[in-house]
Amino acid sequence: MSTDDLATDISKQTENSPRELLTRTFFFLCAGLSIVTTISIVVLLVTEAAKFFTITAPLMGVTGETASLVDFLTGTTWQINSGEFGVLTLVSATVMITLGSAVIAIPLGVATAIYLSEYASKRARSVLKPALEILAGVPTVVYGFFALIYITPALSVVFPSIGTFNMLSASVVVGVMIIPMVASISEDAMSAVPDELRQAGYGMGATKFDVATGIVVPAALSGIFSSFILALSRAIGETMAVTIAAGSRAQFLNPLNPASFLEGSLPMTAAMVQLLLGDITGGGLAYRSLFAIGLVLFVITLIMNVISDFVAQRYREEY
Amino acid sequence: MSEQNRDEQRTGDAGSPDPTDDEMLIQTDVSESVERTGASFDRDTVVSARDINVWYGDDQALQNISMDIPEKSVTAMVGPSGCGKSTFLRCINRMNDLIDSARVEGDLYLRGKNVYDDDVDPVALRRRVGMVFQKPNPFPKSIRENVTYGLKIQDKGGDYDEIVEESLKRAALWEEVKDQLDESGLELSGGQQQRLCIARAIAPDPEVLLMDEPASALDPVATSQIEDLIEELAQEYTVVIVTHNMQQAARISDQTAVFLTGGELVEFDDTQKIFENPESQRVEDYITGKFG
Ligand SMILES: Nc1ncnc2c1ncn2[C@@H]1O[C@H](COP(=O)(O)OP(=O)(O)OP(=O)(O)O)[C@@H](O)[C@H]1O
Ligand SMILES: [Mg+2]
Repeated sequence: MSTDDLATDISKQTENSPRELLTRTFFFLCAGLSIVTTISIVVLLVTEAAKFFTITAPLMGVTGETASLVDFLTGTTWQINSGEFGVLTLVSATVMITLGSAVIAIPLGVATAIYLSEYASKRARSVLKPALEILAGVPTVVYGFFALIYITPALSVVFPSIGTFNMLSASVVVGVMIIPMVASISEDAMSAVPDELRQAGYGMGATKFDVATGIVVPAALSGIFSSFILALSRAIGETMAVTIAAGSRAQFLNPLNPASFLEGSLPMTAAMVQLLLGDITGGGLAYRSLFAIGLVLFVITLIMNVISDFVAQRYREEY
Repeated sequence: MSEQNRDEQRTGDAGSPDPTDDEMLIQTDVSESVERTGASFDRDTVVSARDINVWYGDDQALQNISMDIPEKSVTAMVGPSGCGKSTFLRCINRMNDLIDSARVEGDLYLRGKNVYDDDVDPVALRRRVGMVFQKPNPFPKSIRENVTYGLKIQDKGGDYDEIVEESLKRAALWEEVKDQLDESGLELSGGQQQRLCIARAIAPDPEVLLMDEPASALDPVATSQIEDLIEELAQEYTVVIVTHNMQQAARISDQTAVFLTGGELVEFDDTQKIFENPESQRVEDYITGKFG
C-alpha cells in the first residue's frame, strides 16, 4: 500500500458520518430532556414559593396576602384557615416517620442483605431476591390500607391509647416499604466485595459470622450507607401510605419523644395532598404554601443526596 | 542449605508432648509405608495424606494422593497447570469445604489426627494451618489490624504490639512499615502486601503454613525477598508451597512433590534427588521442560 492510500485510509471518516451525527444528537436530546425538566421544576418551585413570602413577594410583583418567612420556618402551628403556616409542624411529622422507618428498615434490611449475600444457598437466594423485588413493587396505597386496617389494630393491642391515625403505624409501614431498597442496594455492595477477602478470612480460621460482620460489611460500608440514605429519601418523599395512615390533623410533635408516635399528625407530603384536595383558590395564600412546602421537601432530599454522594466518595470501597 | 543446622534443631526439639494413646494408634496406622512415591524422610511427619481423591462435580481432580510431609522444612509442589496442586493444598486446611461442587475422599492426618473425621471443626483446623494465597489479599484495614486479625477472631490474648512487631519482623516487613502501622494495608506495594499476608498468617503461630504460588504476582526483587523469608520460616514452621517456578522449587525446598496432569502424584522425594536423578522419566521430562 502506498503512503497516499494509507493517509486517506486513516483520515477521519467515521466521526462525523451522518449516522454518527444522528445518533449522537438523539442521545444528547434524551439526556437534555431530563435536565431541562428538572431545571424547570426547580425554577417553578422557587418562583412560586417566592410569591408566598412577605420578603420575596414584591420581587415577584405579587400583592395581597403573604406570610412571614420567619414564622414559616419557626412556627409550630399549621392552621391554614387562621393563616398560620408553621412548616415545622409538618417537618416534625416527616422527621418522625423517617426516624421510625429507619429504626425498622436499617437493621432488617442489612440483616436481609447479609443473609442473602453470605448465608443463603443459591436456591434460597433465587426465591428471596424476586420476593423482595415484589415487595418493592406493591403499590404504596396498598401499604397505606394495610397500615390502617391491620397494623393499627394490632398495635392497639399493645398500646391501647393509640389513635386510629398514628405515626407508629405510618412509620412501620414505610419502614417495611423501604426494607427491599436497603436490602437490595446493600446486598449489591456486599456481593461486590471480592471473594479473595472472604477466602483470606476463612483461611485464617474465621467463622461465617466473623467474615460477614468483620470483613464483608466493613468493606461494603459505603454502599450500605448509600442504601440508607436513598431509602430514607424515599421515606421522606413517601406520600400515599402516610396520607392514609398518619391522619390529617397537623400538630407539632417532638420526634424524640416515643409517646408522640401514638398520635397522628400531618407530614409534609400529606399536607400537600390535603391542600390539593381542598378547594383552594388559584392564586391564594394556601395555594402558594403548596410550593413553599414543596421547596422545603426538595431542599431536604437534595441535602440527603449530597450527603449520600459525599459518603460514597469518602468511604469508597477500596479493596 | 542449612541441612545440618536444621537436623540439630530437630533433635533439640524432640521434647514435643507425648501423643495420647489414641493418637499413637492412628500414628501407627499412618506410618505404614507410602507406596508408589516411596518417600520417607528422617524428620517427623506433620501432614500425611492417604488415598486422597477429589472431585469437582463429576470431574476428578486428584487421584489417590498419599504422601508424608515432614515438619520444619519446605515442601514444594510442582506440576503443570490444572494438575491439582491448589486442590491438594486446600485439602490440608479443608478450604475445599467452601466449594459447593468439591468432594474429598480419603484421609488426611495432621499430627496424627484425621482432619476429615466428623468431630473436626474446619474453622478450628484453619487456625492451626495458615494459608497465603497467590494474589496478595490484605483486608481493607490497617496494617496492625491485618496482623492481629487471627488473634482477634480466636479471642487470643497477649501483647498485640509485640506480636505485630514480631510477626512483621519475621515477614521481613517491619523496617518498611513500622512508622505506618495504622495506615491501610492496601497502600503497600504488591510485594509488601504479600509479606503482610505472610505476617498475618504467622501471627497466630500456626502448625503448618500453606502457600499457593505466593510469589507469582511479584517482581524478581520481591520474589527473592519472599524466598529468603520462606527459608527462614522453615526453621520454625512446616511450609508447603505450590510453585510453577522450577528454579524456585530447587532453591528453597527440601522436598519436592511432582504432580502431573490427571491429578496424580508421580514422585515425591528430596528436592536434590528429584532435580538430579528422578525415578520417573515423566518427571525428568517435566522438570527439564520437555512437556507440561
Ligand atoms: N472451584 C472449582 N470448581 C470446579 N473445578 C475446579 C475448581 N477448582 C479447580 N478445579 C479443577 O480441578 C483441577 C485442578 O485444579 P487446581 O486449581 O487444583 O490446579 P493447579 O494445579 O493448582 O493449577 P494451577 O497451576 O493453574 O494453579 C482443574 O482441572 C480445575 O479445572
Ligand atoms: Mg493453583
